[in-house]
Amino acid sequence: MHLDDYEPKEFYDELIGKGGRPRVASRAVWKYLKGLDKNELSERRGACDLAALVAGITFRVYFEDTGVDRAMPFDLIPRVIALKEWQGIEAGLKQRVKALNCFIDDLYNDQEIVRDGVFPAELLANSENFLEQCRGISPPLGIWAHICGSDLVRDADGTMYVLEDNLRIPSGVSYMLENRQVMKRVFPELFDDSGIQPVDDYPSHLYDTLASLAPSPADYPSVVVLTPGIYNSAYFEHAYLAQQMGAALVEGRDLVVDTNDQVFMRTISGLEPVDVIYRRVDDAFIDPEAFREDSMLGVPGLMRAWRSGNVALANAPGAGVADDKVVYAYVPEIIRYYLGEEPKIENVPTWKCQYPDEMTYVIDHLDELVVKPANESGGYGMLIGPRSTKKERDTFAKLIQKNPRNYIAQPTLALSTCPTFIQNGVAPRHIDLRPFVLSGLQTYVTNGGLTRVALKAGSLVVNSSQGGGSKDTWIVDTEVS
Amino acid sequence: MLARLAENLFWYGRYLERSEDLARLINVTSHLNLDLPSGISAGWEPLIRITGNAPLFNDLGHPTDETHVVRFLLSEDSNPNSLKATLEYARENLRSARDLVPKDGWEQMNAVYLKSTEQLSGKLSKRRRQDFLEELILDCQQLAGMFQGTMSHDHAYDFILIGRHLERSDMITRILEVRGYDLLPETAEDLGPFESIQWMSVLKSLTGYQMYRRHVRSRVSGSDVLRFLLRDGQFPRSVMFCLLVLEDLIEHLPGDDDRSLRIVTRLQRLVNETEVKNLRGQRLVNFMDQLQIELAGTDRAIRQTWFGSES
Repeated sequence: MHLDDYEPKEFYDELIGKGGRPRVASRAVWKYLKGLDKNELSERRGACDLAALVAGITFRVYFEDTGVDRAMPFDLIPRVIALKEWQGIEAGLKQRVKALNCFIDDLYNDQEIVRDGVFPAELLANSENFLEQCRGISPPLGIWAHICGSDLVRDADGTMYVLEDNLRIPSGVSYMLENRQVMKRVFPELFDDSGIQPVDDYPSHLYDTLASLAPSPADYPSVVVLTPGIYNSAYFEHAYLAQQMGAALVEGRDLVVDTNDQVFMRTISGLEPVDVIYRRVDDAFIDPEAFREDSMLGVPGLMRAWRSGNVALANAPGAGVADDKVVYAYVPEIIRYYLGEEPKIENVPTWKCQYPDEMTYVIDHLDELVVKPANESGGYGMLIGPRSTKKERDTFAKLIQKNPRNYIAQPTLALSTCPTFIQNGVAPRHIDLRPFVLSGLQTYVTNGGLTRVALKAGSLVVNSSQGGGSKDTWIVDTEVS
Repeated sequence: MLARLAENLFWYGRYLERSEDLARLINVTSHLNLDLPSGISAGWEPLIRITGNAPLFNDLGHPTDETHVVRFLLSEDSNPNSLKATLEYARENLRSARDLVPKDGWEQMNAVYLKSTEQLSGKLSKRRRQDFLEELILDCQQLAGMFQGTMSHDHAYDFILIGRHLERSDMITRILEVRGYDLLPETAEDLGPFESIQWMSVLKSLTGYQMYRRHVRSRVSGSDVLRFLLRDGQFPRSVMFCLLVLEDLIEHLPGDDDRSLRIVTRLQRLVNETEVKNLRGQRLVNFMDQLQIELAGTDRAIRQTWFGSES
């Protein structure tokens, strides 16, 4: 196919370097794509759409009342990162998650970081995600966020930044796994001795991580995945992971906590004990006894059982205290405080609106900044300054003044791009990357992660709920290929 | 295994069987109506009775012609037992239990559902309808084969089979009740012409024609067909065969509640002891009703014992 006039413009392009030449790790795939004729290409694109639809890779967009399944757009040009660079990122992610877990454990126990004046007490007092019910609890291994998904972006100069950490119930890993399956089905020849690192072992690492949390040692601890049910937008993923781990996929109504605070599931042979719950239900809904009484998704008494140490919950309730966007701004200090190390991956410079001088700066520069609410995810409730209207900016200025602690602002990053199929040909589209970090007895980082792509020209919003798609991510060992 | 998922698989088995049976019924009726002169033709109305939809269909006020009956059975929105609906239920139930079944099986079910929904949303000409239904029957067979060949024959699998055989035996009694009542009137003088061709169609709606010919070795007659479809222990679409499978499956489920097992063995006795040659007219209808009531009792007992249903 014709790729010679591909033009990355002023952004950092993941595949194509200066002068329009492919980067070392991308040479093989670029050469291969160039060699395909029009028919071969459209045949592969058709095969790939079909494979995704048949596999049931469909997801629901919130607020869509028809509830119709639709395939998540998948782009078949992979995003490539050289193994050498990746190893640095991997070390940085491990460091970050370790520090965040120390931070959560400290907040729910002695709060030394607050006493030492590194983290402001008023931020903790105003945190929406801090759960009083978790005070004084020390979960096994001191780990609260067993599964973490951190979003990484690359700026124009090639620097990778962490944009946010998702410590509650990060999703998307099943797309990473399925995307690789589809790519292997559609381009088997590309995987022959090309040094692409495998991703398929994630479910077995996830299982090991979960099993290592079992309250009492057992050869086969009973691990279950707790889902809100088939109408949840990520149900596909819950079912997929349960299947890949050989764990039971349960809903709240399948579980019961007895008067001895033991958790059981209802089976065809009666009640069976449960040791570890990988829960994909939000904190507020997991236990109507402890949190929202109207929750139909939870298990009455689950918090009792967890506090008594009779069941492990991953991630632990309350872990979200460390992933709001205001805490984010303190992560570099958090790393220095607990680990005595310098952060290995950078944070995006962040203005915290709770400080009056920083708020004034943000309101004066709304047209060049990205403003985010502290507790929303999925790209909801954001202001992208350079794309905004005067009216939107005025609205945001008022919102910020009303509740400054709830807002942070960051410079508009020139997100890197990756060649992506469009109607006629290939064009650069902005992307990010969500690697997944597992923390148990061992720490594991996925080889790459989920690359999300904003399919609209120029758009910076990659969220699947807002029309984003995804790509396969290749960590390539260039010494081999 | 989770009680809720056992129930999902049970319903998957039932709804997939219901879909396949309905596809067969429609195709066989089309063939039969082509073979018979219009005065003799059984028409399409019996299908409404067989599927237990008479009250709903009558409320709609449609004529009982081919167009209306077939549309009602295939895709009428208000019909909860339309082919479109049963395929959707089959898929939704399997979707809930997808982590228990082979991935290929779920993908195939999903593909069949998507394809059928597309076909059933448009207007189907008679010929395309025929092709589509034949293909769907093959798809259902393929699904059954994939599960049989790639899924562990564990309790999860057993519940699919229980659903399938309960549904199948129920459908056989419905077909025999409606077609038998029309074809086996109280007195022999009322015997219509083309009797044998009509009984052939009954067999064909249960794919039993060829096996009947091999094993019964007599001309196709009412009592023989009835006996074959009620009692043959080797033909998979006879009531007795389904009951034997159910007995075997239920016996191996966990727990010591034998309510459903007792009903199934009672059903076997009923089928074995009835005087088939006396099953004509109203007596035949009563007998089939009795079987259906006992089958409904089996269904209830299974749901109470293993799915934790209240009633």
